[in-house]
Amino acid sequence: MDDRPDEQPQMQAVHERHSAGHGGEHLLSQLVAHLREHRTRLQEEWSQRIQQAHLLSAMTPQEMAAETTSVYDNYVEVLETGNVEALQHYARDLSERIIPRGVETHEVVGIVLLLRDVLARSLFEKYQRDFSMLNEVLDAYEPAANRIANTVAVSFVEERERVIRQQQDAIRELSTPVLPVRERLLILPIIGVLDSERARQLTEQLLSGIRKHRAKVVVIDITGAPDVDEAVANHLVQTVDASRLMGASVIITGLSPKIAQTLVTIGVDLGKMNTIGDLQGGLEEAERLLGYTVTRKEGSTSS
Amino acid sequence: MNGGPALVSIMRQGSTLIASVHTALDDSELVRFEHDLIEQIGEHRSRGVIIDVAALDVIDSFAALTLRRIAEMARLRGALTVLVGIQPEVAFTMVRLGMGTGQVPTALDLEEGLSLLAQQAGGGSDSPGRDARPGAAP
Repeated sequence: MDDRPDEQPQMQAVHERHSAGHGGEHLLSQLVAHLREHRTRLQEEWSQRIQQAHLLSAMTPQEMAAETTSVYDNYVEVLETGNVEALQHYARDLSERIIPRGVETHEVVGIVLLLRDVLARSLFEKYQRDFSMLNEVLDAYEPAANRIANTVAVSFVEERERVIRQQQDAIRELSTPVLPVRERLLILPIIGVLDSERARQLTEQLLSGIRKHRAKVVVIDITGAPDVDEAVANHLVQTVDASRLMGASVIITGLSPKIAQTLVTIGVDLGKMNTIGDLQGGLEEAERLLGYTVTRKEGSTSS
Repeated sequence: MNGGPALVSIMRQGSTLIASVHTALDDSELVRFEHDLIEQIGEHRSRGVIIDVAALDVIDSFAALTLRRIAEMARLRGALTVLVGIQPEVAFTMVRLGMGTGQVPTALDLEEGLSLLAQQAGGGSDSPGRDARPGAAP
C-alpha cells in the first residue's frame, strides 16, 4: 500500500464508495494505465459507436474527434484521481458550446454511457481469464464510472436550466412595458400568462411609471392574458388601489369571457374596478377623463 | 410649543393649507400634528388642505388612521383634504396591509393636489375615478 503514498488523499473519494477490499487503489492505477495504453484504439471504437447510434449528429467529424479526445482524457483522469471538479468545469464548458447547436440531453448522457460501456468491455477482454480479478476491477471501475456519468449529466442539465432561466428573465423584462400614449395617460398591455412573479413586477413598473410620467389614468389591457388565478386577481386589485393612492385611476380592458367567469366564480371583489370591454373603449374613456376630445379632420385619409 | 426642528411645516397659500411632513412621525408627534393642523384650518378659514407625505417611506396603520381622522375633522370644519406624494412602495404596502385612505382623495404631488382642489372649488365633481364625495358641496 505504500507504493504511491502521494495519491492517498485524492483516492479516498473512490475508496469510500465501495469496499472492494485491499488493492482497490492499486487496481485502479493498473486500470488507468491500461486505458491510457489503448487510448487510440478505444477512442476509435467509441467514436464508431457514437456514429452508429446517430448521436451528436449536429457536430462535424473534426469537432467530434476533438471533443471525444478531451472527454476520454478527462474520463480517465477522473478515474485516476477521483476528483470530478475538472470534469465538471469541462462538462459545463462543453454544454455551453453545444446547447445552442441543439444537442439534446439524451445525446450527451448517451455518449458518456457509451464510453463507459466501451471501457468496461475492454476490461472484460483483458481480465476474462481471471474471474475474481475481473470482479475486483469492476468493483473499482463501476462506482467511479457511474459518478462520472452522473457528473456530466448534472452539469449539462444545470447549464441548460441556466440558459432557460436567462431566457425567461429576458422575456419577462420585455413583457411588461409601460407605454405613455398621451400626456398623463399610460397603457399597460399584458401578453401571456400572468404568474405571481410577473404580477409583482408589473405592479412595480406601473407604480414607478405613474410617478415618472405623472400619469392620471392608466389603461391595463389584458386581452392577451389567457387566464388569471385568484392570487393574481387579488394582486391586480391591490395594484389598482395602490395606483389610486398615487392619484391615478386605472381602467381595465379586454377581460375575456373566461377570465370574467373565473373572477366572478372565485369571488374577487372587482366592484371598485373600472372595467371596459375593449382597449378602444378604454382609451375613449381615458380621454374623456382627461378631457381630451378626438375629432377626425374632414376629408383626410379614407373617404 | 416645544423645541427641536419642525417635523412638519404648515404653510398657507390662499385659502389652502399645505402641510408638508419632513420625516417619520411617532405617535405623539402625529397627535400634535393633527391638533396643530385642525387649529390652523379655523384660524385661516381654509377651504382646502393638502398633506404632502412624499418624504415618508413608511406609513404605519396609526399614521394612516390619523390622516383619515384629520381629513374627517377638516371636513367638519369646512375644508377638503387631499393626500399627495405617496411613494410607490408605500402605496403598495398600504394596500397589501389593507389600510387604504378611506374617503380621502389622493393625488400624485403638490401640483396635482392643488389642481384637484381648484377643480372641487369650481364645483366640478368629475375628477378621475372619484365622484360624489361627501363634503365636497360648495
